[in-house]
Amino acid sequence: MLETIWFVLWGVLWTVYFVLDGFDLGLGMLMPWLARNDGERRVIFNAQGPFWDGNEVWLLTAGGATFAAFPKTYAVMFSSLYTPLMLLLFALILRGISFEMRSKEEAAWWRTTWDTCMVVGSFLPALLLGVAFANIFAGLPIDAQGIFHGNLLTLLNPYGLLGGVLFVLLFAVHGSLWLTIKTEGEMRERGARMAARLWPLLLVVAVAFLAYTAFATPLWTNVLARPVFLVFPLAAVAGLLSGRWFLARRAWWKAWGASAVTIAGAVAFGVAGLFPNLLPSSLDPAASLTAFNSASTHLTLSIMLGVALVFVPIVLAYQFWVYRTFSFPISAAEIERSSHAY
Amino acid sequence: MDVLTLSRFQFAVATYFHFLFVPLTLGLSLLVAIMQTIWVRSGDEDYKRMTKFWGKLFLINFAIGVVTGITLEFQFGTNWSRYSTFVGDIFGSLLAIEATAAFFLESTFIAVWFFGWDRLSKRAHLVSIWLVAIASNVSAFWILVANAWMQSPVGFTVRNGRAELTDFVAVITQKFAILEVVHTVGGAYITAGFFVLGISAWHLLRRQHVAFFTKSFRLAAVWALVFSLFEVAQGHMNAEILGTKQPMKLAAMEAQWETMRGAPMNLVQWPDEKNERNRIEALSVPRALSLLAHYDVNAEVKGLKEVPPADRPPVLPVFLSFRAMVGLAFLFIGLSAWAFLRRREPVRSSPVLLKALVWSIPLPYLANELGWTLAEVGRQPWIVYGLMRTADAVSPISTVQVGVSAVGFVLLYTLLGIADIYLLAKVARRGPADEARPEPAPLPARA
Repeated sequence: MLETIWFVLWGVLWTVYFVLDGFDLGLGMLMPWLARNDGERRVIFNAQGPFWDGNEVWLLTAGGATFAAFPKTYAVMFSSLYTPLMLLLFALILRGISFEMRSKEEAAWWRTTWDTCMVVGSFLPALLLGVAFANIFAGLPIDAQGIFHGNLLTLLNPYGLLGGVLFVLLFAVHGSLWLTIKTEGEMRERGARMAARLWPLLLVVAVAFLAYTAFATPLWTNVLARPVFLVFPLAAVAGLLSGRWFLARRAWWKAWGASAVTIAGAVAFGVAGLFPNLLPSSLDPAASLTAFNSASTHLTLSIMLGVALVFVPIVLAYQFWVYRTFSFPISAAEIERSSHAY
Repeated sequence: MDVLTLSRFQFAVATYFHFLFVPLTLGLSLLVAIMQTIWVRSGDEDYKRMTKFWGKLFLINFAIGVVTGITLEFQFGTNWSRYSTFVGDIFGSLLAIEATAAFFLESTFIAVWFFGWDRLSKRAHLVSIWLVAIASNVSAFWILVANAWMQSPVGFTVRNGRAELTDFVAVITQKFAILEVVHTVGGAYITAGFFVLGISAWHLLRRQHVAFFTKSFRLAAVWALVFSLFEVAQGHMNAEILGTKQPMKLAAMEAQWETMRGAPMNLVQWPDEKNERNRIEALSVPRALSLLAHYDVNAEVKGLKEVPPADRPPVLPVFLSFRAMVGLAFLFIGLSAWAFLRRREPVRSSPVLLKALVWSIPLPYLANELGWTLAEVGRQPWIVYGLMRTADAVSPISTVQVGVSAVGFVLLYTLLGIADIYLLAKVARRGPADEARPEPAPLPARA
C-alpha cells in the first residue's frame, strides 16, 4: 500500500514539474522566434523570472523522492542514463545562470552568449527528458544486477526520439501560451501565432506517439486493463483540442490551462501505464525495477509520506500565491525602467 | 584512470565548487535580512541602500550556488549507484526532506524578494528575505545531517544488503550531526562577515561612500568577531567527538602513529607516511592530545598503526588541512577583533587593517574548503564510516563517459567561476547606486 502511494506521489511530482517548468523551457527554446530585439529578449527572461527557480525544485524533488522512496530504481535509472543526465545538468546550469548574468553587462557578445545558453539550455532538457521517459516506457536494457547494456545511441531509437520531439512541442506550445498571459500587444500576438502554428504539428506528433506507444510499449495494455486510467489519455486529448479552441477565442488563461491539462494527462498516462514498474527491463521482465522490489522500508516511506502530506500542500499554496501575485503582463519598456528585473 | 578515480575527482570538483557559494548564501542572507529589518524598523535610508547593494551581490552568488547544487544530488545516482542502493533508505530521505521542506521555500521566495520590491507591502517584502535566510539555513541542516550520517552512521540496521532505518530521531539528533551543522554554519557566517568587511574596507581605503560602508563595516565587524570566537571554541568539540567516532581521522589530523596513553601534541611536525612515523617532531606539549581529545591527561589516544594501512585515511592532506584551518581561525579572531575595535570610525583606522581585510576576503573560503577536505578525506577509505568503502560504492558504468563528464565539469565550472568573480568584483567596486544624499567631504588622512 505505502509503495503504491509513493508510486502515485512519484508520478505527481513529475507531472507538476513538467506542467510548471514546461512553459519555462518552452519560452526559452523559442526565444529567437518570440523576441526580435534586446528589450523583448529581456521580456522572455522576466516572463519566467519569478517562477523558474521554484519550478525547477520540482525536478530536484522528483529526483530526491526517487532516491528516498525507491533507492534501487534511483541508482539504476540515474547510472543507466548517465550521459543524458549529465547533458541535462549542464544545460540546466547554463540556463539557470543566464538569468542572473545576462543583463548585468551591456556588451553584445556577453548578452548573446547568455541568450544562447538560455535557448540551448531550454531545448536540451525538454528533448532529453522526452527521450528518457519514452525509453523508460519502452524499457531499458538492464540486467538483473542493474547493469545497463547500452549507451547514448541505444536511447536515440525512433520511439525515444519521437518522445523527445513530443516533449519539445508540448513545452513550446505551453511556453508560447504563457507569453500571451505575461505580455500584451505585439508580443502577446506573436505568442498566440506561435502556439497556433505549432498546434497542428503537436497534434500530428501526439497522435503518432500514442499510436507508436501501442507497438513499442505495454502502456496501452496496462491502461486498458484498468479502464479508469483511460481518463488520462482522454484528458490529454481533451486538453489539446480545447486549448486550440480557447486560443482562437483569445482566452489566454484557459488556453494555457488546457495545455497544462494536456501535459499532465500525457505524463499521468505514461506513469499509470508503467505501474507497478518504475524502470522496466527490456532484457528480462524479472529484472524490472518496480514500486515493490525497489522500495525503501515502511518506516522510511511512512516518515516521508508524513513530510510530503504536510509540506507539498504548503508548497503548492505559496507557489499558487506567487503565480497570482506575479502573473501580470510585463513590457520591455517597464523592464528598462526597473532595477528589479533580469 | 578508472571509474572510481574519475568519479571521486568529479565529485570533488563539484562539491568544492558548490561550497564556494553556499557559505556566503547562508551568512549573507541573514545579514541582508538584518539590514532590511533595521531599515523597516528605523526608516534609516542607508540601510535600505545597504539591503539593495549587498542583496545584489547576494543574488549573483546565490544563482551559482543553486545551479551547482542539483548536480550533487544527481551524482549520487549517476556515479555512486551502489552507495545509493545501500543508503537510500536513510540518506535519500534526508535529501528529499531538504528539497521539500526547505529548498522549495528558498527558491520560491528569493524570486518574491527580488521581484517584490515595488509589488509587496514593506512588511511582506521583509518576510520574504527572512524566509529565504531561514530556509537556506534549514536546508543546510538537512544536508549536513545526511553528511553526518556518512561520518557517523546511527539509527540503522544492515538488512537485505542495505542499511535500513530503525531510528529516525537518532539520525537527526545525534551529537555528531548537531556539531557538524553548527560548525559548518559558523564557518559560513564568518565568510559572510569577512566578505562584507573586505568590500567595505576597499571603499573606505578610497574614502568613498564613507557613511554607507561604515555602517556595513560596523555590522560585519560585530558579526565576524562573534562567530570567529564561537567557531574556535565550538570547533574543539568537533575534534573531541572524533576521538570516539572517527579515531583514525583524529590520528591522521595529529599524525599520531602509535596508540598511547598520555599522548603529547607536537606543535611542529611533519608526517612520513611511507615509514609510518613523523620526520619532524618539535615543541611537544606533554599529554596535551589526550587532554584535548578526552579531557584526561592519561587517556588513550588511538594511533594510525591501530589499523592496517588500507584502512587509514591519507595522512598528509588531513594533517595539513586541519592545521591550516585552525591557523586561519585564529587569524580571523585577530582580524575581526581589530576591526571591532575600529568599528566606530573605520575610515580613520590604519590602512594596514583595511588592506588586510580586503586581502582576507578569500581566506574564510579557503578555511571552509580545508574543513571539508579534513572531513571527507579524513573519512577515507570509507564512504560510510566503518560500513561501506568508497571503492565499493561506485556505479558499474564505463570509464569514457565519466572521463568526458569530468572534463565537462572542469571546463564549465571554470567559466562559471570566472564569470562570477568578474561580476561580483564589478558590482562590489561600483558601490551603492542612487545616492540618497550627498556624501560628506572626504576626511583628511590620519596623522
